[in-house]
Amino acid sequence: MKFGPMKAHRRTILVQIALLVALAGLALTFVLQALDSNINLFFSPIQVVAGEAPHGERIRVGGMVEEGSIERSDRSLQVEFDVTDMAGSTFRVRYTGILPDLFRAGQGVVATGVLTEDRLFEAEEILAKHDEKYMPPEVALALEAGGKAAGDGS
Amino acid sequence: MWRWFHEWGSPRYFYARSGRLLPYLAGLTLLLIPTGIVWGLLYAPADYQQGHSYRIMYVHVPAAILAQSSYAMMAAAGMVSLIWRLKLADAAMQTAAPIGAWVTAIALITGALWGKPMWGTYWVWDARLTSTLILLFLFAGVLALRQAAGPSQSGGRAAAVLAVVGLINLPIIKFSVDWWFTLHQPASFSVTEKPAMPIEMWAPLLAMVIGVYGWFFWVWLLRLRQEIREREVRSEWIRQRYQNEF
Repeated sequence: MKFGPMKAHRRTILVQIALLVALAGLALTFVLQALDSNINLFFSPIQVVAGEAPHGERIRVGGMVEEGSIERSDRSLQVEFDVTDMAGSTFRVRYTGILPDLFRAGQGVVATGVLTEDRLFEAEEILAKHDEKYMPPEVALALEAGGKAAGDGS
Repeated sequence: MWRWFHEWGSPRYFYARSGRLLPYLAGLTLLLIPTGIVWGLLYAPADYQQGHSYRIMYVHVPAAILAQSSYAMMAAAGMVSLIWRLKLADAAMQTAAPIGAWVTAIALITGALWGKPMWGTYWVWDARLTSTLILLFLFAGVLALRQAAGPSQSGGRAAAVLAVVGLINLPIIKFSVDWWFTLHQPASFSVTEKPAMPIEMWAPLLAMVIGVYGWFFWVWLLRLRQEIREREVRSEWIRQRYQNEF
């Protein structure tokens, strides 16, 4: 855009608006930086393992459900599984209740509850975290048959 | 370029010219939205994880995209009205706000309805959902400030300033899923990478996205032309144009 024919007072208003937006943006950046850990919805496995997640308080943790780690009780709705970041940090989650439709091994999960002892999380609510990939079932089956686990991307 | 700007900035010229666009926008909308809905809801394949539930994205995703771009357009109109004191830009900002607010509400509601069976909750205060709720409040704030100021154009300045400053929220919505841990999944589409779904799934989505843009411009123009009629009711050109009806 050419600002040649723009009158001086209009240019002043434009500069004022730009300054206002820049200042508001800067202020908000500092606020968001200060709030950083509060804006994150959950603690990641590496934070839990490193002891950064507080014990005995109601918190949210998240990660991937480890393949082959899900153990269901025969007599109740209790279920236990490992949550991992696929990079070596893992902790155990225990939960009693109904799991959401998308809960399954290899998918993301966000749990609300209390970290009781190191690496054991007593969950009172389990939310499934969906990934951004969509696929028709036939394609997923074909991929699986081809030796590549469906949904195994990120 | 400046002549063009001044011509289109005049309500009379704008009113006469924009009327010719209406049938095209209506045609685009009425062609693409029914096509996209029927195609997406009945013919697109089901998802391997979510089954048929994922089909709500054919409403949710276009609504969410349009919510953000309609905010950008409303703020651009607000900026023009601040700098050039164009009556038309002020009217454009005022008439875009309620449409944008409804579109944002649709995005939030469809997201919640999908979230309950898929995530296990209607709502969670993660960065994406919260920043989108703030977008709804920004639309409502601009609308309320503008309405409170009355029909005079100078009254629209506070609303225009709010609209422009609120632009900061748009990159926050867009990048919230990358900057923070959220429950909402990251974007399935980007400019640089292949879509994270096959063409049978995204083609109807594309039809819906273009369709809702057509719908937005259609409804926006209709509302803007009505606003011009109301504001210019005493001017000579409106009188001449509608003399048979007076």
